[in-house]
Amino acid sequence: MPIGIKDKVAILGMGCSKFGERWDASPEDLMVEAYNEAMADAGIAPEQLDAAWFSTHMDDVGTGRGGTPMSIALRLPNIGVTRVENFCAGGSEAIRAAVYAVAAGACDIAIALGVEKLKDTGYGGLPVSAVGTYIPQWYPNAVAPANFAQLASAYQRKHNVDPALLKRAIARVSIKSHANGAKNPKAHFRQAVTEEQVLKAPIIAQPLGLYDCAGVSDGAAAVIVTRPDIARALGKRDLVTFKALQVAVSNGWEMHSSEWDGSYVHTARIAARKAYAEAGIENAAAELSMTEVHDCFSITELVTMEDLGLSGEGEAVRDFLDGKFDADGAIPCQIDGGLKCFGHPIGASGIRMLYEMYLQLQGRAGPRQLKDPKLGLTHNLGGQPSQNVCSVSIVGREGV
Amino acid sequence: MAAGITAYGSYIPRLRLSRQAVAQANAWYAPQFAGRKGTRSMANWDEDSITMAVAAARDCLGAGDERGHVRSVQLVSSTLPFAERLNAGVVCEALTLDEGVEALDMGGSPSAALGAVMGAVDRVNARGGSALVIATDHRTTRAASSQELDFGDGAAALTVGTEDVIAEVLGSATLTVDFVDHFRMAGEAIDYHWEERWVRDEGIGKLGPRVIAGALQKAGVEAGAVDHFIFPTTFAKMDAQLAKACGIRADAVSDSLAATVGETGTPHALLMLAAVLERAQPGQLILLAQFGGGAQALVLRVTPAIQQFRPACGVSGWLARGVEERNYTKFLSFRAQLRLERGMRGEQDRKTALSTAYRHRTAILGLVAGRCAVTGAVHFPPSRISHDQGRPLQDTQEPCKLAERHGHVLSWSAESLSFHRAPPHQYGQVDFVGGGRILMEFTDVASGDIGTGTEVEMSFRIKDIDELRGFTRYFWKATPVASGVDTPTASKE
Repeated sequence: MPIGIKDKVAILGMGCSKFGERWDASPEDLMVEAYNEAMADAGIAPEQLDAAWFSTHMDDVGTGRGGTPMSIALRLPNIGVTRVENFCAGGSEAIRAAVYAVAAGACDIAIALGVEKLKDTGYGGLPVSAVGTYIPQWYPNAVAPANFAQLASAYQRKHNVDPALLKRAIARVSIKSHANGAKNPKAHFRQAVTEEQVLKAPIIAQPLGLYDCAGVSDGAAAVIVTRPDIARALGKRDLVTFKALQVAVSNGWEMHSSEWDGSYVHTARIAARKAYAEAGIENAAAELSMTEVHDCFSITELVTMEDLGLSGEGEAVRDFLDGKFDADGAIPCQIDGGLKCFGHPIGASGIRMLYEMYLQLQGRAGPRQLKDPKLGLTHNLGGQPSQNVCSVSIVGREGV
Repeated sequence: MAAGITAYGSYIPRLRLSRQAVAQANAWYAPQFAGRKGTRSMANWDEDSITMAVAAARDCLGAGDERGHVRSVQLVSSTLPFAERLNAGVVCEALTLDEGVEALDMGGSPSAALGAVMGAVDRVNARGGSALVIATDHRTTRAASSQELDFGDGAAALTVGTEDVIAEVLGSATLTVDFVDHFRMAGEAIDYHWEERWVRDEGIGKLGPRVIAGALQKAGVEAGAVDHFIFPTTFAKMDAQLAKACGIRADAVSDSLAATVGETGTPHALLMLAAVLERAQPGQLILLAQFGGGAQALVLRVTPAIQQFRPACGVSGWLARGVEERNYTKFLSFRAQLRLERGMRGEQDRKTALSTAYRHRTAILGLVAGRCAVTGAVHFPPSRISHDQGRPLQDTQEPCKLAERHGHVLSWSAESLSFHRAPPHQYGQVDFVGGGRILMEFTDVASGDIGTGTEVEMSFRIKDIDELRGFTRYFWKATPVASGVDTPTASKE
């Protein structure tokens, strides 16, 4: 086991644009919005940035490829800007690159910024992007809702769950996130929903209805990282530091062998196990104060709680119905509304998750502030259940 | 032994369009069809003459995937999707036939199917081996035409060989006469038909008896001895009138399948033959005749070996699988005669990289996976490294054919978000019996047909249609086994 990055890198500043249908804003505008907030929070000048990592997923909408869109939009001082793309987990990858660069001593201060401009596609939901020349010749022209909905069919069968009960449990996932999002001025969706609304919503992909699916939003988020000693020298107190950054990537085992049962996310379990070890966490359910998980669909969040060890095998249904992950529950989840309500501008989402952890740990989360959180986990999943990239990150107060 | 028919098969698409539904939809314009009864077979959106040919050949060749005895393939149709590209070559890849097989596309007239059979007999007599003849058609008709109601989609196949012959060829005759009852210029979609009364009296009525008499004479068979008379026609009672004119018993006239399937064109004589052979007794005499470009006739005698052969599904099986379809606009839409709104999601480019397709042709067209010789694990698509957890093995995979295996659904969903020609779009993970897993599309399914554990079989279908460049690409899809819905999986968890 490597030594890891625990407490070697601190957050110097963060920013996040308002998410939503930002008809008014170009991707460049969204970047500026997140960047301005992060730079002001960090209290540094552009010349103090040593390097940048830029996360954006879609080539055909938004900014296009390469590192230049970020460098040009922000008029960065000719530093290295590297585009990072790893499906919906790209934001977390940009953070990881910046943190590693600082931890390695290659940079004193680095920035990771993610942006996605999805509302220029002309329709709702995620665009289906081309994926090479071979895969489309055999792979279904699949969309994300139906890929993730399959978790429900397999989970239901494995744990012998009554379909109506599972439907109610995943409804609770979304009801909770809507209640949280209502308190977040930057969130895309800010209205509470009732169980009846959720259960009666039109079906998108069996058994997922409209409210089981995350919002598709425009937005950007940025984080500036540095060593703790530099942060202190710049006058920062109550530092939030990285405890663990782990990524696990599918190698075809789930997709091609007949061993995986389809009811959970294999990589999430691996990334979580490694992240807990890196952070020195022995009992995640007892030690974590809160989580921001990749709730692209309600069923994803439900199985993720088991993958992260925060619910026992087959117990997430009961835990959600009991409110374990509500704002006032044992381990609040999606306190900012999550992908479901804060929104899901793909390249920015991993950084948005960190933004909420940072605000909560610094006591700056306003009306949704939790009481005295110490450790937070972000879980950022890209791809689909049988073939994906999964990031699990843990941040906390320095010294915790 | 002289060459004869050694196996037969057929394919009739699952959907059966209600003629009443068509007549009702068009009643304002074409009230003359108000009394039409029954159904006609209707290809799904992802079926064409190639996919139906593959299905009929599989019905004929049976459940095994060892097909080394097939030395030639003749694909006969007036509606082959490719004008340039060997359509039979696609069929050969789908059937995983040896590269040494001779393959030909044929067509031009419905009677070409009988011509192909006669050619196959000659070929086998001269050179041995088995010859596979497949006839298939998927014809476009004008909306509110009688052909729209009379025609059906389907395919039939047979093998000609010298071992275990189930029907001997006693004699045949051909008349090549340029009698144009209908025509279609190259590049056109729909046939143009001349007056029925002229075709009956001057065409079938005169050429039919001549060609039949010629074949019977060569076979040394009296007309009255014929047990099964097969003559495809859309004209009412034309088959009975021709039989009477030739001295064939009225009770020998075979069912034209008009009530359920309709007249399928090039394959129809062989489709009717497949239906006849399912119940034919040793010693019975069969006379097939086909009108078109002149006329063809063929006399067969059933042998005792008929009792040892059954097609995989057979005409009776396909008939039993039929599902009535009452949405006329679905029929028009599936045949690209009605352009429905697709939304922006339907604007995706479906370009096929032909170099990629060629490199992976056995996986894509043949559904051939790779089986690791060390662990036995089956990988699709095949790969150089087998990813068995903790012990990667390199270059250990051997070809493993999956098309004839059944599978069980591990997980699935049905969505109405993406553009799909037959929503909802259903797909999921299929675990194959004996190993292997593919996330694949389901076809020939209605909502509720798929569940976890549903037993499925493979069907060769259109994967995507590239309308920009005019190219169809194919892959395999899963469809529920008729009797196997919701049988639990054997090896999970």
